[in-house]
Amino acid sequence: MNSPVGVISPGRQGILRRLADTLWRRPRLLLLLMLALPVSWLGVIYLGSLVALLVQSFFSIDEFSGLINYEFTLKTYRELLIPANLDIIVRTVSMAAVVTLAAVVVAFPIAYYAARYARGKWKAAFYIGVMLPLWSSYLVKIYAWKLVLAREGILNWLFDKLHLTWLLDAYLSLPLIGGNSLSVSYTGTFLVFLYVWLPFMILPLQASLERVPASLLEASADLGASAPQTFRHVVLPLSLPGVIAGSIFTFSLTLGDYIIPQIIGSSRLFIGQAVYTHQGTAGNIPLAAAFAVVPIVIMGVYLWMAKRAGAFDAL
Amino acid sequence: MRSDGNIGAPIGLKIAAGAGLLFLHLPILLIFVYAFTTEERSYQWPPPGLTTKWLAVTWNRPDIWEALSLSLKVATVSTAIALVLGTLCAAAVSRTRFFGRETISLMVILPIALPGIVTGIALRSAFNLSDIPFSTWTIILGHATFCVVVVYNNAVARFRRTSASLVEASMDLGADGFQTLRYVIMPNIATALLAGGMLAFALSFDEVIVTTFTAGQQQTLPIWMLEELVRPRQRPVTNVVAMVVVLVTFLPILGAFYLTRDGDQIAGGGK
Repeated sequence: MNSPVGVISPGRQGILRRLADTLWRRPRLLLLLMLALPVSWLGVIYLGSLVALLVQSFFSIDEFSGLINYEFTLKTYRELLIPANLDIIVRTVSMAAVVTLAAVVVAFPIAYYAARYARGKWKAAFYIGVMLPLWSSYLVKIYAWKLVLAREGILNWLFDKLHLTWLLDAYLSLPLIGGNSLSVSYTGTFLVFLYVWLPFMILPLQASLERVPASLLEASADLGASAPQTFRHVVLPLSLPGVIAGSIFTFSLTLGDYIIPQIIGSSRLFIGQAVYTHQGTAGNIPLAAAFAVVPIVIMGVYLWMAKRAGAFDAL
Repeated sequence: MRSDGNIGAPIGLKIAAGAGLLFLHLPILLIFVYAFTTEERSYQWPPPGLTTKWLAVTWNRPDIWEALSLSLKVATVSTAIALVLGTLCAAAVSRTRFFGRETISLMVILPIALPGIVTGIALRSAFNLSDIPFSTWTIILGHATFCVVVVYNNAVARFRRTSASLVEASMDLGADGFQTLRYVIMPNIATALLAGGMLAFALSFDEVIVTTFTAGQQQTLPIWMLEELVRPRQRPVTNVVAMVVVLVTFLPILGAFYLTRDGDQIAGGGK
């Protein structure tokens, strides 16, 4: 290149280079150009749709004609509060809560081992071991559980071989969690939810556990704490942001799922199924929209609380 | 220090961690056995016999090829859109501080933070309100929206690790903005984009919840699977398709892992 004559080199030639210089001199313009496309896409398509959804939930459906009445009303939300619909909401939220708690319990040892003890090859193996199930096909995972839980499937076969069929039968005869067979009981639905969302709990939990310095655990032990005490007073509080971050996923995903309870479970509806049936065969888009607002509100409150607890640093 | 190897891990922890990993993997392994079973009418275990004839039967099914090609097409276009939008957004958010920056990163994450069914029905009702007929493009519209975040996450993580002084050095040495982009920024973020793109592709290829709301009569492969799950008609063929899907999705995941493993960031940590 030519050696510069003065301190300030002459302006560059060519449209592209001049454009490049203009953009460099005006970072705001560059920023605007960079943001224009993604913000208009997400703003118009996504937020626009969400607003459209919200608006529709304030319309109502005419019982006689089955047509949507485009007038502002709270009638649809009142309909949401009838016992049958409240049942659906309570059922879904309790399932989400139980799945989340169970996910914490099952995920903790995996995350803790991966964060504290696994090194080198083992660490990579653990990481892959969580990533593969996380990213493998959602439907295939559900299908696998359909195979596992089928009456002629491997789980019943296993119970039979171990001569424990009586135990399974006793369990299935319990109210609420039991049923005719595992694949049509809440237990089945719960197992599949737990299985499918577990990796979403492990990853943030592991990330937060990796930030707990080993010296803190040693200090706790030096000060005379037993292992359970250290866990209770040091590890658990420090990993809480990870737990909350993971629970955002498990909770939100369970709230919005309509495929798992449809395939594995009793015929009682979850929120997702209610949304799906109301907008589909029934054509009652306002009620479907109102149902969809429920998880939005719950997740909004949840995210707000999580933000206050500082959970987003662990994402 | 306990950080040297596996010594010191309590046996109970080892067992619990191992059991958890087994729980995550055994059901998927089961798919591989079922793809070769001779049983047609039930999910009988153990399989009465093993055969490879279902591979050939599945190969000759035109509906599966159609669903597969639609899925590939949707995933390719959505990934391309997501790569552009996600990278732009990540570059803007990580390079500058500006008003509304937090809002923008929240907006990108929102399509996956909210349940898929909300995204699905929101898009569907918007299409209805604005009289857009369902087509391949409505599917792509939905997929691209939630694929952005995967690319964005990977790109933001990489931008954070790339020193800003590299760009300044390039400028000081006389490169213009586009040259800097071409010779300094792109080589630095290329692998992160490739990883993000692969994960976005896998995400789109597998998506079913949003797709059921944004597809008209077309069937993507997951929609085909969903119908088989709800009303099983051809179990052996479904078994084979399930196995192939598992194998096909493993490749981009392993690829993305090798491209980002040196990083401290978890690739796609927020699916």
